Order: sequence, then structure tokens, then C-alpha cells
Amino acid sequence: MKKSFVMGIITLFSFYLISCGGGNSNSGSSVPGSNSEPAANGNPSYDPNRGQGKFTKVDVAPTVDATMADNGNKVYSVKCQSCHKLTDEKLVGPGWKGVTGRNAAEWIMNFITNTDEMLNKDPKAQAQLEICLVRMPNQNLADEDARALYEFMRKNDGK
Amino acid sequence: MKQFIIRMTGLAAIALLLCMNACKPKNAGNTVSADAAKKSYVAPGQYDEFYNFVSGGFSGQMSVYGLPSGRLFRVIPVFSVDPEKGYGYSEESKPMLMTSHGFVPWDDLHHVQLSKTNGDYDGKWAFGNANNTPRVARIDLKTFRTAEIIELPNSGGNHSSPFITENTEYVVAGTRFSVPMDDTNGDIPINTYKKNFSGTLSFISVGKEDGKMDIAFQIKCPGFNFDLSRAGKGVSHGWFFFSCYNTEQANSLLEVNASQKDKDYIMAVNWKKAEEYLKAGKGKKQSVKYAHNVYSDKTHSATSEIKTEVIVLDSKELKDICYFMPCPKSPHGCDVSPTGEYIVGSGKLAAIIPVFSFDKMIKAITAKDFAGDVEGIPVIKYESALYGEVKKPGLGPLHTEFDNKGNAYTSFFVSSEVVKWNIKDLKVLDRAPTYYSVGHLCVAGGDTKTPNAKYLVAYNKITKDRFLPTGPELAQSAQLYDISGDKMEMILDFPTIGEPHYAQIAPASLISKNSQKFYKIEENANPYVTKGEGATKVVREGNKIHVYMTAIRSHFSPDNIEGVKMGDEVYFHITNMEQDWDVPHGFAVKGAINAELLIMPGETQTLKWVPDRVGIFPIYCTDFCSALHQEMQGYVRVSPAGSNVPLTFSLGAPVPKADSVVNK
Repeated sequence: MKKSFVMGIITLFSFYLISCGGGNSNSGSSVPGSNSEPAANGNPSYDPNRGQGKFTKVDVAPTVDATMADNGNKVYSVKCQSCHKLTDEKLVGPGWKGVTGRNAAEWIMNFITNTDEMLNKDPKAQAQLEICLVRMPNQNLADEDARALYEFMRKNDGK
Repeated sequence: MKQFIIRMTGLAAIALLLCMNACKPKNAGNTVSADAAKKSYVAPGQYDEFYNFVSGGFSGQMSVYGLPSGRLFRVIPVFSVDPEKGYGYSEESKPMLMTSHGFVPWDDLHHVQLSKTNGDYDGKWAFGNANNTPRVARIDLKTFRTAEIIELPNSGGNHSSPFITENTEYVVAGTRFSVPMDDTNGDIPINTYKKNFSGTLSFISVGKEDGKMDIAFQIKCPGFNFDLSRAGKGVSHGWFFFSCYNTEQANSLLEVNASQKDKDYIMAVNWKKAEEYLKAGKGKKQSVKYAHNVYSDKTHSATSEIKTEVIVLDSKELKDICYFMPCPKSPHGCDVSPTGEYIVGSGKLAAIIPVFSFDKMIKAITAKDFAGDVEGIPVIKYESALYGEVKKPGLGPLHTEFDNKGNAYTSFFVSSEVVKWNIKDLKVLDRAPTYYSVGHLCVAGGDTKTPNAKYLVAYNKITKDRFLPTGPELAQSAQLYDISGDKMEMILDFPTIGEPHYAQIAPASLISKNSQKFYKIEENANPYVTKGEGATKVVREGNKIHVYMTAIRSHFSPDNIEGVKMGDEVYFHITNMEQDWDVPHGFAVKGAINAELLIMPGETQTLKWVPDRVGIFPIYCTDFCSALHQEMQGYVRVSPAGSNVPLTFSLGAPVPKADSVVNK
């Protein structure tokens, strides 16, 4: 009884979370409810490998850029470490081991810079939210921070 | 029996309703027009057109409403502690409330002024005055937080404040109570008032870019009560006008003794002339003691400094700074028209409203058209400076604001109404009742060069039956009027916090675009910041324990701390690692004789806690932050003094096997 009540609350709350995502403007563009649909699936022009955001093509060199990866590590320790381990163990969010194998550079960089919209639209991001139940905070990363983080993820994946 | 009680209760309720109706003044209900709701309605999710910054009176705070909806958005803690926001409780904010008397947790904020450029609001800062322990505060309108507080020496009851000049060159602070100067012996009989008491006017300069306040100079004046003030603008820029009462210089039963004379004064102050005297070195350095407190958004903490000197210009010795204009009778409001040509005096006990002409005043000064002098200050002949009088305006005029069509709006306390009149022909055009006993009023931009005459708000002293009763203590009330047409139309009642005195209304677009969303963690320069969970630590320095803790949705790091001992002082330095809008974290610890912390994204705040007993103390996040907010918690273990439990801290550390077994 108690458990189902709690589950109910969590379900209700996740609806709340999803429906109020992206509501940081007064434009009224986000219609409550519509975001909980896997909208992207129904949209033929949506590229689930790239995700939604400003990064359309990321140039990735064959070997890891050590300086960039180092900068990425610094950003990680301030803005990401609280929730993400470097192993494959889930903390608040998923562990980072193998993340560059699962997702394209564009998808990762779009997700970490355009978090709310991705959580509202992208099927893969939504699947993660169902597991973690905590919306990833938008940590307001600069473009170069996002790129550096990707390089750090590659290094972590031994690329 | 039970039925009897129910019946009696029912009868009593009917009787009460009848009585309430009977007590209502006539026509209270029909002053609201049919489309009032439409005019004040702002649909859910829509923004208001205006910000309304309202003084909190004896709450010591400033509140922010939206207009026309009357919705309350924020209460900005200014002069009073606010446990909800940790203001005055966190180590970082405590210095904001320091004064020369020590830490003062409360005050009485009466007037709000928005900073101006060229006589119009520029959306940078709001200023508020502390009426009890004289101070002026500056609120940053990017963060809606108190950025600076400066104390005023030689003052008692900083009432005619914080009115500002048209380019925010100065914020003034005139003393309501005259007092002996701070560097004289104050241990004197009160009835030596006339001989020993003085009034001072402080001119606080404001940094153009950073807003930093500094007492540029004070003007020493006769021992009157300086009640309200307004800066000249346009043609009268360079002058300031102060209403004075108790020119009888009574020190007791002022209700009677300060109401003897037919006329008191409006004092005109030529502050440009005062600046010249200051530059010429005519000021005298006086030894005083006052606090100057500044909050930094970089270190996320305040500093308090005691200053020891102020420069005083003496109005008796230095000619051409101050002039008196006789004004009937116990003047309160002293308001300047949008062009700066007219000065409106509102005598609380006067049957007319005198309107003075700046042009005539200057001519009278030039022609030395004086009726004598008071303590070395020339008194201009009443008729020589008078433009005209508004006849039979109402009872108990208090304050006047203006629209952009040449009209003035004056509040009447005794006759409970707002009266609209024309500045040129001084004819009364319209009257609107207020419920009840209006004090201040404000028009959107009503003290600027270009008022936006859409709305007027009356701030009432008495609420009585306007809202559902809440025992002896009732909400104060504001009433919104549409003044866009010929007739004023009441469209909304809304309750306010504390007692609203003056308020200002500014277009939302001027301010909302600059609103800060979070603090950049990279720029956090708090000495106790923790940038990343890898940097969390717990450090013992003697009996002080510093906890460098982070908060992010939804855990603290560390969340298990052991090795605290009785006699220790624990400082929780919490850095909110979030970098997004609207994600504060709260922090509280059981039994702390303190408040919570409310930490904005990217900010570091510190809570001091002195454990009072041995045991386990829960800590938790107080501001609902995510689906797992309820999991955002931890424990601190407190051991006896001299215990050998080592100081340790952890997050998610595995439970020792032996304990797991025992727990099963």
C-alpha cells in the first residue's frame, strides 16, 4: 500500500518534471503533455544519433588531444563529478565508462549543453531519465567546455 | 444541547454578518466597475506589465509585486533578519546588519526609490531607508538582493530618505528626530532641546557604475523634524526640498506642542552650492562612528567597516545653501512636478494644498524678498514663492504623485480618498475613495520626468473589513486604480506585508531583462568554496571544524561526518554546484540555534553550529530540488569532549560487513 502510494507520487512527479521542462521562457511554446510523447520518434527529420542542439558535426581526431582532455577533466571535477563516476557504475547519473561508444560526439555535446530540450525530445535521453529519475541539471557549459569534456570521455574510454 | 449551540452559533454568525454590513461605509461595494477584473487580470503563465517595489514598513524588508495583478513575487530582506533565506544568520550575511551599535536584527523601512538617469528610472538599483537605526540600503536589481547598507551619524529616525537626485548623484537622508551632534556630550537634559539639538541632512554619493555609497557631506540645520524630501528635476535640478515640522522645537507631547504654528516650512537646499563650499574646504571634519556594509557577488559574502569621520557644512555659517518657504501646517509630503517647476506641500493639518513655484522662489531669493530669518536661514515670504493653493481638496493631505497629462494625485488620510487635480489651474478634477485612510500613493513613474500614467496604487493604513478576518492583526492593504481615463477607477485590492509606506512602479521590461539566473561557479571567490566533490573536506582548526561541502541534485558531499566533539564549533560551508536557474538548495541541522541556509546555484554560504549534546544529528536539504529531494540528507556524529573518535567524512562509503550483519 505504502509502496504503491510512493510509486504513484514518483510517477506523478516525473510527469510534472517532464511537462515543466524547458519552461524557462514566457513564450508558451512548450505545451504541457506534448513533451511526454516520444515526439522525436514521430518526426522523420529528427536524427536520434545527433540529438537536438547546436552541434551538427564535431571533428574528432584519431588520437586523444591530451591538453583538451585535461581541460575536460577540470570541468568534470567541478560540474559533473557529483553525479557521474568514471567507471560504469551508476551514481545519480550513469557512469561514463563506454559513453563514447554508445553515443556520437554530437549527441553527447548536444545533450550536455541543451539538456532540457533533449530530455523533452530525445528517446535515448528519456530512456535514461526513466532509469535515473533525476533530470540532469543544465550546468551551463561553454561550447569549448563541452568539447573538452568529450575529449576527456574519450580518454576515459581508452581511445 | 448540541442543537442549541449550533443554533446559537448560527444566530451569532448572522448577527455578525449584519453588523459587518452595517459597519461598512456607504457604497463600499459599488466603487468597483464591472470590468475591473478584466483590467487587473493577468492570465496564468503571463507576465505583469510592471514591477511594484513596496516598502515593508515595520517588517524592515522590501516586497516586489507585479502590476496590474497584485501578485507578490519576492520579499527582499533588507534591514531585518530573514531565517527563510538565512539573511542575518549565515556567516556571509551577518555583516550586512552590523551598525555602530553592533548587530541590529530589525528596522523599519519606509521609502523606496529607484535609481534614475536623466530623471527617469534606469533599472539599476532600489534604495530603502531604515527609520529606526538610521541607515540607507541599496538593492541590486540584477539579483534582487541587498548589496550595500550605510549607517548615518548625527541622525535619529532617518525618515526623509532615501530620495535621490535626477542622475542618482546623491541619495539624501534627513533626520526626523533632531538630536545632539554625535561628537558632543549627549548626557544633557532633554528640555535643553532648543539649545543643544540639531537636524542634519546627509548627502550620500552613489558610484555611477558600481553604485557604491559614501557620505559626501552633511548639512547641519536647526533642530526641526525633517519629514520628507524630494529632489528638484529639470529646471530645479541642483535643489532639494525638505518638509519640516516641529519648528516649535518641542521635546514632549508633540501631538499638541508641535502643532502650534500656522505655518512650518519647506526647506529648499541648493546642493550644487553646498558642493562648491565642500570643494572650497568650508566643511568641518567631525569625529563620528558609523558602519558601512558591502555584499560581494564574487565572494558571496559581506564585509562591515566602521568609519570614523564625516564632513559637516553648517547652514548657519554658510549662506546661500538653505532657504525656508513657509508652508501650512505640519507639512508631510513635499513633492516636485515632472517638469520640476512646482513644489507641492501637504500640510497634515492644512485645509488647502500650497503649490510653490520654483521660478518665483528663485526670484524671491534674488530679490531678497524675505520675511526674516530663523537660525541664520532666510525665510522667503509665503506669497512670494507661492504659485497658488488648491482650495478645499480634502482632509489630511499627505503625498502627491503626478501623471503625464499635467495632473497631480494627492492622498488624504483623514477623508480616505485620492484626489486628482490639475497643476496649472489647481482645480479638483476627481475623487476616489480608499479603504481606508490612505498614506502613501504611487503612480507608475510618478516621481520621474516622464510618468506612465496607467496605474495608481493607494497604500492604506487601515484594512478593517476588506479581507477575511484573521484575528486582531490584519493584513495591510493596497488598492489599484486605473487612471488612464478622466475618472479614477478602482480595479483591485491586494494585501501587503508589514506596513507599506512609499512604493515605486517601473516597467517590467526595464528590469526583467537584466535578472541574474545563477552565479558562475568558476567565478566564486568565497574563501570557503568547494569547486567539485573531489575538493570536499573536513578540517579541524583547534575547536573549529570547517566542513567544505557541496550540494547538487540530490546529495550533499560529504553526508556522513564523525569526530565532532562537544565544545567544537562547526562551520558548514556549502557550495551549490548547480549552474541552472531556479535550483537553490537549502541546508539545516537539527538543534542549531540559527536558521537554514538557502544557497543559490554557484554560491557558497556558511552555517555556524555549536552542538549542545552528544548524539547523531541529521542534516537535510530544505528546498525541494528533485524527485529524490527527500533523499538529500546526512548525519553528523557528536562525541563527548576528549573522545578519541577520529575526524572522518564520507559519501556513499560501504557499510562494514559486521554492522550489516548486526542490522539484519
